[in-house]
Amino acid sequence: MTKPNSQKPDANRWQLRLYVAGHTPKSITAMANLKKICETHLEGRYEIEVIDLLKNPKLAAGDQILAIPTLVRKLPQPVKKIIGDLSNEVRVLVGLDLRPA
Amino acid sequence: MQPKSRTSLALAKCPTGIRGLDEITEGGLPQGRPTLICGAASCGKTLLAMEFIVRGAREFNEPGVFMAFEETGKELADNVASLGFDLPALIRQKKVAVDHVRVERSEIEETGEFDLEGLFVRLGSAIGGIGAKRVVLDSLEALFAGLPNEAIVRAELRRLFGWLKQKGVTAIITGEQGEKTLTRHGLEEYVSDCVIFLDHRVSGQVATRRVRIVKYRGSAHGTNEYPALIDEQGLSVLPISSLGLTYPVSAAHVSSGIPRLDVMLAGKGYWKGSSILVSGTAGSGKSSIGAVFTNSVCSRGGRCLYWSSEESPDQIMRNMSSIGIDLRRHVRKGLLRFYSIRPTICGLESHLVALHKMVTEFRPEALVMDPITNLTAVGNDAEIKAMLTRVIDFLKNQNITAIFTSLTAGGAALEQSEVGVSSLMDTWLLLSMVQSASERNRVLYLLKSRGMAHSNQMREFVLSDKGIDLVDVYVGPGAVFTGAARLNQEAHDQAEAMTQHQATERRQRELNEESRNLQAQVAALQTKLANIAAEQRVAAKLEKQRADAARRTEAQLARARKAD
Repeated sequence: MTKPNSQKPDANRWQLRLYVAGHTPKSITAMANLKKICETHLEGRYEIEVIDLLKNPKLAAGDQILAIPTLVRKLPQPVKKIIGDLSNEVRVLVGLDLRPA
Repeated sequence: MQPKSRTSLALAKCPTGIRGLDEITEGGLPQGRPTLICGAASCGKTLLAMEFIVRGAREFNEPGVFMAFEETGKELADNVASLGFDLPALIRQKKVAVDHVRVERSEIEETGEFDLEGLFVRLGSAIGGIGAKRVVLDSLEALFAGLPNEAIVRAELRRLFGWLKQKGVTAIITGEQGEKTLTRHGLEEYVSDCVIFLDHRVSGQVATRRVRIVKYRGSAHGTNEYPALIDEQGLSVLPISSLGLTYPVSAAHVSSGIPRLDVMLAGKGYWKGSSILVSGTAGSGKSSIGAVFTNSVCSRGGRCLYWSSEESPDQIMRNMSSIGIDLRRHVRKGLLRFYSIRPTICGLESHLVALHKMVTEFRPEALVMDPITNLTAVGNDAEIKAMLTRVIDFLKNQNITAIFTSLTAGGAALEQSEVGVSSLMDTWLLLSMVQSASERNRVLYLLKSRGMAHSNQMREFVLSDKGIDLVDVYVGPGAVFTGAARLNQEAHDQAEAMTQHQATERRQRELNEESRNLQAQVAALQTKLANIAAEQRVAAKLEKQRADAARRTEAQLARARKAD
């Protein structure tokens, strides 16, 4: 921690990636749920990248995506994976390490 | 099993290219449909699936996608490299795509409704990328372990199989054997077209692989368990038990290599394509009969395979040169191939598969198996008989003449072949040792020979540095003599005959003498008779003269008296 000022925003910065396959009800629900949770718990320090596998099928292999929707926490490390439409908020928080299990 | 049925024409098949498997499935897997391959761990499921993909790409020009849930692409490539499959090259040529799917339960939190569209997308992208016609999912059961909601997984699997069918790809799904079900998670309920079961059993410390087609909707198929083997060329299944008793037979003969034995066999030798059993006790010359036959076949330019479970090729060649048979020259010419193997190396089925493979490759016209009795180390009589039945059926279909030697244990009944296979054989030569006058001699009989007028004679079987010769045995009153005893007896007989001959001659001479004497006597008597007759004639003449003289005297007296 030699440069706490420059490191701090990165360490706190959340990089999330949501994999969906087209605009299905499940993916729309997941998007809405994710936004809500992030706004509540990670306000101002999160980034969401949405990947539509129908448009970029090759990207599925990289994060070993099988289930749709899947939310991947790229940062902070370690990588976490959550599947489902994120409607169970408690579980999402546990899965993202925002709340102890 | 039926020969090619009509249904196999109606149902399109996708050949796997795996030796034997296409034969027992009558053409391959159902085209455009999923097939389930199940079995216990390490039974060869992944290998079968990989061969299906690689052979499809190489031999049938059908690109394939291998989706691996358990092994990474590199691990798979390494595993099959030993089989001569260059997976990375095929991937570069866009003939094969390998996708490793890792499902880690601990990394995944379920937070609501989900589906497996990601899997569909990946598979669809891989299929589309190379225009795949074949797909392997090895093994889908990882999904059950890796994903939390089994109900969703099941629903998605059902959708997946429908989707695969719609895509028109021929798919292999593998699944591990469950306790009471074919697969641990009941995959068989989704795959209804074709289910193949692989088995790897150990009995008597010998492991044997077997393949069985559990179901094949809309197609005839072999229902038995077929032995299978994994070797340096991959998996091969032996379709041998699918053969029936429908083989064509030849009307030609092949010489046994022993002229006098040919004479015993209706003057022509063995039937071509027949099976010959040579049984006998230790050291009775069984291998020699095989070697002489081998030599005879190869000398005519035919190919011969010599399967030995007792001696190494070198030892066979050295030993046979002691009876004047040079097998080495046939080996050099490539006409003779030896295959020496200890029976305990592998199971009966593996021997069968290995033999089948060699025969298919080498295409010999004759085969010697010497001896079959050693197989008892890896199977009981019933199993060996079953195996030999398949060997014989297979050889007969190929019209290969085969000699099987069988060791009869000392003390056992001679006319009992150790593994009870005599009924399968067309010709049975029995070699026995006859012991007499401190020596043992070999005797050969022809116990049976189907379809020919064979000799019922016993022959003494003599091995010398000039090869094998058959000699008439001495059959005297109440005894059969061989070897020195035969020679003695023959000498004795000759002497006796000589004496008798001399006696006859003497008697002849005596009779001649007597006859001559009698003839002389007859001549003397005849002379005497003639003398008597002559005397009688003289006396009669004198009597007549006397009577005439008397009559004349009387007349003169009357005239002188002038009286009457």
